[in-house]
Amino acid sequence: MIDISGVSYAIGKAQILKDVSLHIPCGQITALIGPNGAGKSTLLNLMSGQEPLQTGTVSVDALHIGQTRPRDLALKMAVVAQHVGVASRLRVRDLISFGRWPHNQGRPTAADHTMIAQALDRFDLNALADRFLDEVSGGQRQRAFVAMAYAQDTDWLLLDEPLNNLDLRHASRLMAELHRLAREQDKSIVIVLHDLNYAVAWADHVVAMKNGALAFEGATQKVTNAENLSALYDTDVRLVQTEDEVFVAHHR
Amino acid sequence: MPDRWFLILLGALVAASALFLTWGLSTRIWFILELRLVKLAGLITVGIAVGIATMLFQTLSGNRILTPAIMGFDALFLLVQTSLVFFIGGFGFVQLPGPVVFGINTAVMMVAAVTLFGALLHNNRRDIQLMILVGVIFGLLFRSLTSFMQRLIDPSEFAIVQGTMFAQFGGINRVELLTSVCLLLPLLVWIWRQCPVLDTMALGRDPARSLGVPYDGLQFRLLCAIAALVSIATALVGPITFLGLLVSSLTYSLMRSHRHALLLPTSAAMAALILVFGQTVFEQVLDLQSTLSIVIEFAGGLLFLFLLARGKLQ
Ligand SMILES: Nc1ncnc2c1ncn2[C@@H]1O[C@H](COP(=O)(O)OP(=O)(O)O)[C@@H](O)[C@H]1O
Ligand SMILES: [Mg+2]
Repeated sequence: MIDISGVSYAIGKAQILKDVSLHIPCGQITALIGPNGAGKSTLLNLMSGQEPLQTGTVSVDALHIGQTRPRDLALKMAVVAQHVGVASRLRVRDLISFGRWPHNQGRPTAADHTMIAQALDRFDLNALADRFLDEVSGGQRQRAFVAMAYAQDTDWLLLDEPLNNLDLRHASRLMAELHRLAREQDKSIVIVLHDLNYAVAWADHVVAMKNGALAFEGATQKVTNAENLSALYDTDVRLVQTEDEVFVAHHR
Repeated sequence: MPDRWFLILLGALVAASALFLTWGLSTRIWFILELRLVKLAGLITVGIAVGIATMLFQTLSGNRILTPAIMGFDALFLLVQTSLVFFIGGFGFVQLPGPVVFGINTAVMMVAAVTLFGALLHNNRRDIQLMILVGVIFGLLFRSLTSFMQRLIDPSEFAIVQGTMFAQFGGINRVELLTSVCLLLPLLVWIWRQCPVLDTMALGRDPARSLGVPYDGLQFRLLCAIAALVSIATALVGPITFLGLLVSSLTYSLMRSHRHALLLPTSAAMAALILVFGQTVFEQVLDLQSTLSIVIEFAGGLLFLFLLARGKLQ
């Protein structure tokens, strides 16, 4: 469980997060939603220790962020940031093998190679394995970064808008893959999503942020209703129920 | 097979060294050979220091156009050297043994470099335009302060700092060379052991940190290492602004690898080769004294402008 308690964050005079407290459950997919600038990335960066905490505390299972050795934290959770840099001279396979760094500190074993091969398989990257990162498309690069986080083989996976740039097939495949990881390997996944349809379809738990504060949170079926979502985005949002699926409609 | 290029460069370096030692050798063979050996060792030491310092700095700053020399590291070393003579010269500083003076210079240089450049790398890692601007301003500032102080310096002390404003491959001092090599060897061992972690640092600060790399601490130590390498090169031959850029561009274009275990030795061999080969051709074969540094600066400067114009900054 990730336990966030009383977290506030300011950059200069701008208050980015205001007293956020919440629990994120284990073994599930938690979708982090909210309008642009709501503070989702900031919250994720604080949870992963990328930015130092100003007030409040965050703990991941038994580890306290800010008091845990970087390596222990890297064995506990993997992060894919919203804006991934383009390191040239790096092949997709090399990038993924960096995911094994916390385990092997640069001295790969047979187990590491197995894990890298698995990551290439799962995220449909075999054909791209030997391409350079600056010679693949944005979506392909994004998948490579997710595969690297997967190769890190941690209990927690934090992904900031991983569906950006992904086509329909790969977006659905990625969500299905994450779902399988949560079900079969009991991984806990926190994912920032913009397309509410993916949130409704795949997330077990939803955390909604607005203006740096928690808007609502809870089990997906309970909290994703037209009223909550409309208020969250200040836009008319309708939920359309078909036989076995729920769609979020907001285009007109 | 990227190792191939390293072996080719190494072979070329050995050939160039042999040529350098033996070209036109007729009278007083042992005497001249000894002189040339010292010079050769100096050139190779400088090459290794410049090549490696440049690659390390480019990994830390996440781009391929900025080098320690362009950012004003060399100028900073000259400033430190001159101000030490200026401020404490009167207290017998200049009478201290050469290695001690060099050690103090290097230590002060490390502190100054980490203070000035550490903050810059930390806050604006990806803002290359700003870094270039800061580098140009630092370079100008350090150089003007240095020449200002040199004018005020006591003439007897001036001899110490004189002639260090431009690169000279002619007179390499034996004591300085020995001191430099003694500092360089342990540095190289340490840097060699950082190669795998340098590969992860090249991903950038945030990704490296999320892999559990203690980035900030390592960056601090690597900046110290860069400062020491620049001190070695600058103390031996003076500032060479564009050699590093020339070397790193050639290295990157020869090998598309991200592995520092390959990149660092290759750039070191490349830099040493340029210096030794250039010195052989320009000063022994063509008998054009002290033109090598001009040629390097000219070629490197053109390359710098070309890279800037192409906007290929990453
Ligand atoms: N360096 C910064 N300085 C000032 N404000 C910032 C900075 N970075 C982000 N912000 C502000 O913080 C808020 C939250 O940003 P972010 O967490 O990236 O939002 P989200 O990921 O939900 O779109 C935004 O309003 C943004 O403008
Ligand atoms: Mg964001």
